[in-house]
Amino acid sequence: MSIVTRSLTTITKPVAPAITGRGIRVSWRIPLLPVLIAGLISLPILLLAAELLTPKLDLWAQLWSTVLPRMLGNTLLLMAGVGAGTLIIGTGLAWLVTMYQFPGCAFFDRALLLPLAMPAFIMGFIFMSLFDYAGPVQTAWRALFGRSAPFPDIHSGGGAIIVMTLVLYPYVYMLARSAFREQAGVTLEAARALGCGRKRAFWRIAIPMARPSLAAGAALALMEAMTDFATVRFFSFPTISEGVVRLWEGRMDRVAATELASLLMIVALALLVVERQLRGRARYHQQGGSGRRPVRAALKGQSKWGAFAVCALVLFAAFVLPIGQLVLWAVHEINGHVPGTWETVYGQYVGNSFALAGIAAVLTVGLALLLAHSARIWKSRFVHGLTRIGTMGYALPGSVIAAGVLLTIAPVDHTLHEWLGTGLLLTGSVVGLMYAYVVRFLAVAHKSVESSLDKVKPSMDEAARTLGARPWDVLRRIQAPLVANGVLAALILVFVDVMKELPATLLLRPFGLDTLGVWAYMLAAESFWQAASIPALTIVAVGLIPVILLMRTGDRA
Amino acid sequence: MTVLRWKFRLLPFALLTLLMALPVGAQNAGPQVVNIYSARHYGAMEAAFTAFTEATGIEVRLSQGSAQSILERLRAEGDQTIADVYFTIDAGGLSLAAEEGLLQPIESEILDAAIPADMRDPENRWFAVSQRIRTIVYNPNAVDPTELSTYEQLADPMWNGRLCLRPATHIYTISLVGSLIADLGEESAENVVAGWVANNPHYIDSDTRILETIAAGGCDVGLTNHYYLASELDQDPGFPVKLFWANQGEDERGAFRNVSGVGVTAAALNRENAVRLIEWMATDGQAADVTGIPGGNYEYPVNPDAELNPIIEAFGDFKIDPLPLSHYGQYQEQAVALLERTGYGF
Repeated sequence: MSIVTRSLTTITKPVAPAITGRGIRVSWRIPLLPVLIAGLISLPILLLAAELLTPKLDLWAQLWSTVLPRMLGNTLLLMAGVGAGTLIIGTGLAWLVTMYQFPGCAFFDRALLLPLAMPAFIMGFIFMSLFDYAGPVQTAWRALFGRSAPFPDIHSGGGAIIVMTLVLYPYVYMLARSAFREQAGVTLEAARALGCGRKRAFWRIAIPMARPSLAAGAALALMEAMTDFATVRFFSFPTISEGVVRLWEGRMDRVAATELASLLMIVALALLVVERQLRGRARYHQQGGSGRRPVRAALKGQSKWGAFAVCALVLFAAFVLPIGQLVLWAVHEINGHVPGTWETVYGQYVGNSFALAGIAAVLTVGLALLLAHSARIWKSRFVHGLTRIGTMGYALPGSVIAAGVLLTIAPVDHTLHEWLGTGLLLTGSVVGLMYAYVVRFLAVAHKSVESSLDKVKPSMDEAARTLGARPWDVLRRIQAPLVANGVLAALILVFVDVMKELPATLLLRPFGLDTLGVWAYMLAAESFWQAASIPALTIVAVGLIPVILLMRTGDRA
Repeated sequence: MTVLRWKFRLLPFALLTLLMALPVGAQNAGPQVVNIYSARHYGAMEAAFTAFTEATGIEVRLSQGSAQSILERLRAEGDQTIADVYFTIDAGGLSLAAEEGLLQPIESEILDAAIPADMRDPENRWFAVSQRIRTIVYNPNAVDPTELSTYEQLADPMWNGRLCLRPATHIYTISLVGSLIADLGEESAENVVAGWVANNPHYIDSDTRILETIAAGGCDVGLTNHYYLASELDQDPGFPVKLFWANQGEDERGAFRNVSGVGVTAAALNRENAVRLIEWMATDGQAADVTGIPGGNYEYPVNPDAELNPIIEAFGDFKIDPLPLSHYGQYQEQAVALLERTGYGF
């Protein structure tokens, strides 16, 4: 702890004897805190990897001869589909709103981020109910074109890919947009001045230069697609993630679930490597700095309305339609509702969700602060590496992390019980779940905290001290305000991510701690869509908070 | 400075205390409570439990999960569990839990009188509280009921592309296939299931949606629990799907019955309240309206004195497969393996 307070108040030189208000102290030789945190985060991952070294061969043989090939194929197909889908839609929309002037382009520029608030599984059951055989769309279709009019089967990989693309494209959109903006001011105008048309500039300059951003955005989308098990289950398109949850939760077979989770971990890590490769070391910079908004070319006639229609269609399908359906269901549920049903449990589930998300946010951001500070003190490659390890959890699906966390804490639980008779102190309480949340979301918090800490230059402290401020004043008046926004943003992001998290919550939640997400999922799984709409809307409403913040800061990015 | 540092030092302890306090919150309660692990879904019981609380002053606390996951949780927690009552939707789970020592025997005159012997464990470790029949449903515009007869007959190629079935992952499918194994032997059961699979069924993971798909013409025949159809008919008496009691022929065994049932956990902290709840479920809780466990869900009561909900009364009399409930558990693993071998959808 003392490292933090010290660094908050008196960073002078890294790893040198630090001067505190009360004298000189020598820093520890080993970066203890980052080692501890990185160790804590990587332990579940390492233990899961160790499982791979001792594979249970008969189990693998049995999985391979039955469900595994299909799951593996589906997982790869889903990733290919969602990767291509989000790249095309995200990049295309970003180009459209950055480069062209058309009706509503300023509105779409921000509004196209809105689907970020929608967890994929909620979108999944809405689309399922709307587009499956008994749903209103196909019913109307048959009424129009006759009973045997063909309609694609939504119970398929195609259905799952469409739904996930619609909720995940904003990751690519967001990053592509800021990349295009950065280029647009100078580089693209230079290209245009040299006689390069807009289309050519797009393929020859914009896309290659934006490659790191596109790769990062698509990777984020794919990580989300990989962690999902509920959407693919609604669409009868089982992936490995779905298999882990099924074996664990449905077949009571934690051993097999763990084995499968270790396989999924390899796929996830492979994705991480591919992303790093694609991003490469390349950082393209333009001359002359950014800041200048690009001049948007005004579209005319058909293309003007075409651009409008494309944006409107995506926004409608990915946000207006699902929200509208949820509100409609909720109104029906509240109007025609039987006393003693949802309102008796709603408060409890909201309380559970908020408590879990709140504690997880504080815990995660606290650890992220420690990690980021340590990195500032120990400007070493070693600590930098530890930070990388500590923040890799975001790439791993929730079910993988749940399996790893259980591998880590179950022996501890067992030992404690033998010594002290404590029972299921860790696995039976929220400790396991919190552990999983921290592993999964530390990266989110760390990124936000780190960038805000970067704004605090050591020279500021020195200047303040020179001007007579005491260390406490430096912390209170200089550092805290500078860091506060980043910390707040990190708290919000983790809070919302926990609210939306499903697999780890489902697998590790202790008795009586059903959350809004679990509630919505279970109702939706039984086709009680109307009843599911109430918790679902609550989750989306909370999810909108960071999206709106993002929309407001978007122009400055 | 020192104050600040102290605050930082206390922070983790404060957090830890919070963490520890959360799960305990479910346990120590001033008022009378009973904690239930329930595989029954939302909406079907809230009104009944409200009636119980009004009658007894005992508050009902529910943690819900799939049939498999609550059993697994009970196993993992063993004598540390805070559940007083295990409430599941399948006789297999009940008998497995009893055999593994997770439930305790209950001696109660009220229960002896209210629940027939074939509706409870021979050692009184669990009691059925409602009965559900998984049977054939069909679209009368597409199917003549004389074409229908048994579960086995749905393997006939005449149903190619016309079936709607629930995926292999769901306990309803597993239990039904378990009963096929018990009644026909594993080999014949496998042939039947392989026949269903060969008919390219639509797999839909919701009985309600299976019925709605049949109503819309997406399939002609399906297998669902009877009460889902009752629920549709309650909302719309003209709902265009009909029920067919399977395997009713003279030399046939009858339709497949499952039960939802309860037991008191071996480690129950609120044993008295748990017993009172089960006694209530077996008597007043057998009501045919929303205040009853069977009634709220259109199920058949277990108490012979209880009345039938008029909607299911209209389904008529039928013969039930006499397979003893306590045998269900032993076929589950085989059923899961068989479903996987045949390539049944999931």
